[in-house]
Amino acid sequence: MSMQLVTGNHAAGHAFGLAGEANRTARGAVCGIYPITPQTEIVEYVAKFSFSKGAVVPVESEHSAMGVCLGAAMNGARSFTASSSNGLAYMAENVMVASFYRLPIVMAVVNRTLGPPWNIWADQGDSLMFRDFAWIQLYCETSQDVADTSLLAFRLAEDPRIMLPVMVCMDGFIISHTSMEVELAEQEQVDRFLPPCNVPHKLDFDQPKTMGGMTFPQETVAHRHELQEAMGRVPAVFEEHRERFRDVFDRDLAGAVEAYYCEDADTIFVTSGSISTTMRDVIDKRRERGDDKVGMVAIKMFRPFPVDRIRELCAGAKKVGVLDRNCSADRGGIFWQEIRAAMQGGGHPLIQGYLTGVGGCDVIPKTVHEVVDDLLGRSEAGEPVWKGV
Amino acid sequence: MSIEAVPVNFDPDCLLRPGNTNCGGCGMSNGLTMLGRALEDEHYSMVIPACCGIVTAGAYPTTGYNVPVVASTFASSPAFASGVAAVNALNEVDDGGKRHVICWAGDGGTYDIGMATLSAAAERNEDLIYICYDNEIYGNTGGQRSSATPLTARTATTPRGKGEGKKNIIKIMAAHRIPYAATLSIAHPDDFRRKIRQALKIKGFRFFLMHSPCPTGWKTEPAETIELVSLAVRSGIFPLYEVFDGENYRINVEPDGTDPEEYFDKQRRFRGPEMNISSVKRFVEARMKRLKRLESVSEFDAD
Ligand SMILES: Cc1ncc(C[n+]2csc(CCOP(=O)(O)OP(=O)(O)O)c2C)c(N)n1
Ligand code: SF4
Repeated sequence: MSMQLVTGNHAAGHAFGLAGEANRTARGAVCGIYPITPQTEIVEYVAKFSFSKGAVVPVESEHSAMGVCLGAAMNGARSFTASSSNGLAYMAENVMVASFYRLPIVMAVVNRTLGPPWNIWADQGDSLMFRDFAWIQLYCETSQDVADTSLLAFRLAEDPRIMLPVMVCMDGFIISHTSMEVELAEQEQVDRFLPPCNVPHKLDFDQPKTMGGMTFPQETVAHRHELQEAMGRVPAVFEEHRERFRDVFDRDLAGAVEAYYCEDADTIFVTSGSISTTMRDVIDKRRERGDDKVGMVAIKMFRPFPVDRIRELCAGAKKVGVLDRNCSADRGGIFWQEIRAAMQGGGHPLIQGYLTGVGGCDVIPKTVHEVVDDLLGRSEAGEPVWKGV
Repeated sequence: MSIEAVPVNFDPDCLLRPGNTNCGGCGMSNGLTMLGRALEDEHYSMVIPACCGIVTAGAYPTTGYNVPVVASTFASSPAFASGVAAVNALNEVDDGGKRHVICWAGDGGTYDIGMATLSAAAERNEDLIYICYDNEIYGNTGGQRSSATPLTARTATTPRGKGEGKKNIIKIMAAHRIPYAATLSIAHPDDFRRKIRQALKIKGFRFFLMHSPCPTGWKTEPAETIELVSLAVRSGIFPLYEVFDGENYRINVEPDGTDPEEYFDKQRRFRGPEMNISSVKRFVEARMKRLKRLESVSEFDAD
C-alpha cells in the first residue's frame, strides 16, 4: 500500500484497472469508453492500463459505451465505464438496461451540471436523474473515498444477493481534479478482496435462453418486486463487505452514512459529496467557539436510501437542515425531499432545505456558516433557501 | 370449434423453433431457418434490437430461438454485440473454440436509429456478423416508413406514398471498407448458404442485407413471399452481389429480364397514382449497369 498524491479521477481509474485485472482468472474485463469533461481522465487511465485479460472498446457515444458493457457483462465479464452530465443523459436508455438485466456493472460518475448552456462544474443533477433506475448510488467525499468505494462497488454489485449495477459519484473538479493524499491499493490486495466475477444468468450455450424478450405484467411486476427486495438487502451487505475491506486493506472505508457529533446535537445538517468536508470544518469551528450543538449526517449511499440509520441519527435533533447540490425544478433539493419522506411520522424535527452549489457554485466555509446561522435562527421551516443567487 | 394440436417435428438443430410468433409468410421465418442451417455446427449467440425479430422469440419464459439471445435497445445491437464479441475473444480457449456473434436487426434498427452505432462498429472492424432483414418498414410498430422504404410505397406515415427513395446501405457499408458485405435472398438458398459459410471464414465486420417480405405491411399474399423475392432478383430490383474489402464487387445472380412491374403489381403498397413504373425501370437498369462496371474493375486473387 502506498501513499500518493492523486485526484479523484486517478483514484477511480486506478481502482477500475486493478478490479479489471483481478478478473483475469475468470472471464476477464471489458470497458466501453467515451470522453466527457470532467470524467475523461478516468477512461484514459483505463485505456492505458495493460490488462492481461481485458479489452477496452473506444466507441462513438455513451449510449454505445454502456451498450458494450451490457453485452460484455451478459457474456460474463467484469465491466465498467465512466460518464458525466450530458453523456449520462445520452446513455440513459442503456443505463436502465443494466439494472433491469441485473448486471453488476460499475460506473464512475463525475457529477457535472446538465446543459446547455454548457457548464462543466459540479452539480448532482446528472446522476440523480437515475435515482429510480435500480442502480446503487454512492456519493464520495474525498479521493480516498473514491479509491475505496470504487473497489467496494464491484464486491457489492457482484454479490449474488445483490446483482445490481453501482454508480460511484464524485463532485466534478472539486474531487475529480484535486490532488489529495490517497492510499492506493495494490493488485495483490485487490486480487484477495474481489472474488472472480460470476454473472449467474450469463449467455448459456447448453440451455439457450432469450434475455429480454416480451414479458407480461404479471412477470414484470415480479421482476420489479425483486429489484426492490435486492435494493433492500444492500445496506447490510455493504457492511459485510466493509468488514472484509478492513481485513484486506487494514483500514476502514467511509460508511454509507457518516455521523459527526450527532449524539448531543440538537441541530443536524445533512450533506453529501465534498460539502461534507466543508461542513465538518464549520462544525469544528462552531463547537470550538461556543455552545452551538451542531452535528452532521454525511450521506454516501443515496440508493438505497438508508432511512433507518438516518432516522436513528436524527432522533434527538430539533432541527435538520439539508444541503443540496442539485435542484429538481419545483420540488427543490432532492436530498431534502428524501429526508422529508424518511422522517415522516409523529414528532419529526423541523426540516429546512438549502440549495447550495447548484450549477457548480462554490460552497465555501462562509456559505456553510450562513446556512448554519439561518437554521439556528429559525423557528419554522420554509421554502428552500437558495445560496449563490 | 375445436382446435387440434398440429404435430410438429422439433429439430433441435434448427435456429427457429416451432411456436415463434412471426406472421404467416414473414420473410424472417425463412431467413432464420436458412441462417440456422448454414451455421449448423457453429457456436453462436445473437443480439437482437427492438424489432419483430425479438418478438419472434415469444413471451417469457419460452423462446423461439435455439441459441442464446440477448435483446438490446433499438439503436444498440452492434454495441452490445461488440461487448459480447470482446468477451468471446478473451475466452476462446476456455470456451473450447470460437463463438460467433450475430446481430439480427430490422431496417429501422439498421438504416435509421442504429446507423451511428452500426457505422462505429464497422469502423472498428468488430468481429461480428450483422444481418439486416429488410422489410422496408417499421413492422413492429404497425408499418411506418423507414429510410429503407422504397419510393412511392404507402405506409402508415406516408399515406400519399413515400417521396424519397431507399438509402443504398451496401454502398454505405462498403464505404467503411469492411472485409465483407453481401445481399441475401430467401429465394436463393444455395447462394444464401454459400455467403454465410464464406463470412465464417473471414474475421472482422461482416454485413448482410436480406430482402424480407412483410405481408402485413406490404399488403401482399403470405403464400407469395418467395415468389416476390424471386421476382425482385430476376428483375434486378434486389440484385444479389457481394463486396470484398469495400472495393471488389461480384454479382452472384444475373437478372433474367423479368419486368419489374410484375413485382410491384403484387403489392398493394405500390398502388397509388404516384407510382411511376418507367422511372423505376430506368433506376433499376442504371443500378445494374453501375454494379457491372464495379465488377469489371474488381480484382480477385486467383483461387
Ligand atoms: C428508442 C426506441 N424508440 C422507439 C421504439 C419503438 N420501436 C420498437 S420496434 C420499432 C420499429 C422497428 O423497425 P425495424 O427495425 O424495421 O424492424 P421490424 O419491426 O420491421 O422488424 C420501433 C419504432 C423503441 N423500442 N425504442
Ligand atoms: S409484421 Fe411483417 S416483419 Fe413483422 S412478423 Fe409480421 S410479417 Fe414479419
